[in-house]
Parts: sequence; C-alpha cells; structure tokens
Amino acid sequence: MGAASMMERPAANAPIEEWDAYLHLRDNPDGVTRELWYHEYGCGAWLVVTRNTLTHEVIKCELAEKVAAKAAKKTAGAAS
Amino acid sequence: MDFSGRFSGLRILKEGLTGNKGWGPHWKDATPKEAYDVVIIGGGGHGLSTAYYLAKNHGIRNVAVLEKGYLGGGNVGRNTTIVRANYMMPGNTEFYSHSLKLWEGLEQDLNYNAMLSQRGQISLFHSDGQRDGAIRQGNAMINQGDDAELLSVGDLKKLVPFLDYKQARYPIYGAILQRRAGTARHDAVAWGFARGASERGVDLIQNCEVTGIDIEGGRVTGVQTTRGAIKAGKVAIIVAGRSSKVAAMAGMRLPIESHVLQAFVSEGLKPCIDHVISFGMGHFYISQSDKGGLVFGGDLDFYASYAARGNLPTVEHVMEAGMTLMPAIGKARVLRSWGGIMDMSPDGSPIIDKTHIDGLFIDCGWCYGGFKAVPGSGHVMAHLMATGEHHAAATKFRLDRFRTGQNLMDEEGTGSQHNLH
Repeated sequence: MGAASMMERPAANAPIEEWDAYLHLRDNPDGVTRELWYHEYGCGAWLVVTRNTLTHEVIKCELAEKVAAKAAKKTAGAAS
Repeated sequence: MDFSGRFSGLRILKEGLTGNKGWGPHWKDATPKEAYDVVIIGGGGHGLSTAYYLAKNHGIRNVAVLEKGYLGGGNVGRNTTIVRANYMMPGNTEFYSHSLKLWEGLEQDLNYNAMLSQRGQISLFHSDGQRDGAIRQGNAMINQGDDAELLSVGDLKKLVPFLDYKQARYPIYGAILQRRAGTARHDAVAWGFARGASERGVDLIQNCEVTGIDIEGGRVTGVQTTRGAIKAGKVAIIVAGRSSKVAAMAGMRLPIESHVLQAFVSEGLKPCIDHVISFGMGHFYISQSDKGGLVFGGDLDFYASYAARGNLPTVEHVMEAGMTLMPAIGKARVLRSWGGIMDMSPDGSPIIDKTHIDGLFIDCGWCYGGFKAVPGSGHVMAHLMATGEHHAAATKFRLDRFRTGQNLMDEEGTGSQHNLH
C-alpha cells in the first residue's frame, strides 16, 4: 500500500494541507522505510513492514493492528 | 566551441578514408565555475534537453548541468526507447503531441543520428468495452492532430500474424495503431543534446553530486556539491528517481514514490517484430532493436525501491505475459535485464513547475514514460525557466494539483493515489 504514515489518518475536519500531506506527500527515503503491506495471498492481515529500499532487506514485520493499538494507547496515555 | 565538427556524408567518407582519426570528443567535460545564471541538477535526458533549449531558444548560455555520475547514465540509458503520443487526457495529450513533433525534427536540429524509427505502435484490446475505450482514445489523439487508426483483427493479422489471437483469457479484438510512434536510440539522444548544449557554451559537469540547496529569504542562491559551492540565479531539479531526495534539500516533500521498473533484452534475432506492440492487459510491451534483440518490459515491481534492480516474481510475470501474447518468442534466450528507478506520481502524470522557493524549478514525476518526453520536457522546462510562464503545451503539470484536485491527469481512470499506476 505504501508508506506506513497511511495509518495516521487526519481528523475529518483537518485542514486541506494535512489531508494533502496524508494522501499524496511522501518522505520516499532511500534506505530504511516503514510501509503498510496487505498479505493478499495469505492470511489477509495488514502488516507494518520495516524495509530497506536500497537493498530490499526486510528488517521487521509487525501486525498493523498491534501497531495501531500501541499508538492508540500512547495517545490515550498522553491525554490522561 | 567545436569539438568534433558537424556530421555529414562527406565527413564520414573523409574520416573513413583516413582511419577515422579526425573524430574528437563530442562535448567538453567541464570543471565547475563559481557561479552560473542557471544550474540544472541532473545530467539525464530531461536535464540535457532543458540545457540545450535554454541555450538555443532563449540565449541563456551561462548554464551548468551537474551530474552525480556520468552523463546519460540514469534512466535515459535504462529504458525501452519507445516514442509515442497516444494520450487522452487534456494536459497530457497536447504535451506528448508537442514532444513527438520535436522528435520528428530532432536529428536535423541536433545534427545527430538519434535513429528515430517511426515503425508504429500497436496497442491491443480484448473486449467490446475496451474497443469503445480505444476508439475514444484514438479520437482524442486525432482531435489533438496526431494519428490513430483502428485495426480490426483482420488488419492486425496482416501486420502481426504471430500473435496468439484465440487465447482464452485475452482474445484479441483489435488494436489502435499510431504509425508515427516508434523507437529511438536512447544513448544517442542524450549524446546529441549534450553536444548541442556544450557547443552553445553550457558546462556539462560529471561526478558532481549536489549535497545541498542554498536558500536565502525564500530565494534560491546556489547549490553545495561534492566539487564545491556553486552560485546560481536559478536552479532546476531534474533528477527522476531521486526527486524526493534532492527536493528534501530544499525542505520540500513531493507527491512522489520511487519504484523500480524492469526491462529485458533477448539475444539478437533476425527481424521478426516490425512494430512496438503493447499488450496492456498482460502488462507487456515489446519491440525489436536494430541490433535484433527483442526489447521488452512489463509492470512495476510495486514497492518503493532505489535498488535499480528488480525481483524475480515480476520477471516471471513479464515472461508469462510475453508467452501468452506471442508464444513464438519462447525459444529466444534473455540476454540481460535491468531496472530503472521511476518517480511515481499519484495520478501517473508528470510535474513541470515552479516551487514555492523563488528561482527553484522542478521537473519530475515521469513515472514509466519519461523517454518519449525528453525533447518536450526540456523544451517546455526551458520556456518556464526563461520566461516564468508555462509553455502552452504544458500548463497543467502543476505541483499543487493533488492539493487542489484540479487538472488531475489519471489516464487509467484508477484514481489519484499512490500505488495505483
């Protein structure tokens, strides 16, 4: 799917610049990057894959739901 | 500055009789000066053609082209050499038409044999719905002033009898033929533009990587390079594949992802494929080079990559698509394969625009179609840099079109998001 920043969806009423950045603008690094992948021919899970775009080495692979849950907990923790 | 003299029949005869000792380098390998009116980052096809047209059409000759490797060593040397103008969307259609017309006069203009071969491009379709789409596309091409012909299966069988017309998955219903489309010698295009620019006083500087872009008070003032600082009145970023990285030096984030696209060439065969044949449904296209190699390619690997090499699943897919379309090529051995790094934009169309920084311009986002745009892109980019106004043939390639939603040019109709083109 592309950059893992796709998981950080702006609020519906966020300014247009924020939505533009979310939908279109990318860091596009040469080196280590985090991406959202869909295990289409397997278990159907969404994954956050940490990968090197120069060597194609896969460094880390996490279930996206766990990454999202962890991020939500952090946000809740910060709010309380 | 004349390094080799112009090419002519007489000159070739003379050199042939005197042991070809009179040929010199085609361009000067320059060392950087302290300051230029214009610095172009990137010595590929688009950068060289921009420099050439700046000097030739606008009299701006105090120009440097900075290349981190060697001239023409990027995508202009790594493509499948196809030239065509078969686009449909307003914005694209007039631009590629403009570029094809420049191709047609290019060799005379440059006095350089780019081996442009207008052998015709055949784009196949495989259903009644696709035929309707092809007719619409063909009409858009004709309305633009370019050529397009609708071919029936009968017409096609006369031109290309070796296709598998009855395949179960994609039976062939016909094709659109653009006779003015074809191929060109990719390296010669870079060399021709390099010589033309160098002759007019442009400094072509190799092994000079840009490491920083200097900006003062919202205005670009120069660049930092591995060969020292260079001051510049205007700077252009024309570095397909690396656009995001260079733009980041100016604090910009681009609507670009870099992807690898693979291509292949077989051993040399006797002439057997006379046209460029595009099999869109199978993600496969093929032509035969003048040396006899079958040059073919397919789709992206579909994940971000800067590796300039692809992986085997895509290789297998391309080979399968080729065998589906024309089983006769199965005995030809693949000689080599390579990958190029593409700037993929969300709508599949390029960007030629100013930036929010005064004097900084960008030409990027060519996806997998940059080669045919080499003369057109340089021509309109030079116009934009010299006059500050967009050329009439390239008014819609705006950097901000994704934010505004205006003039998106999504030829495939799949949407304007990353990973769809």
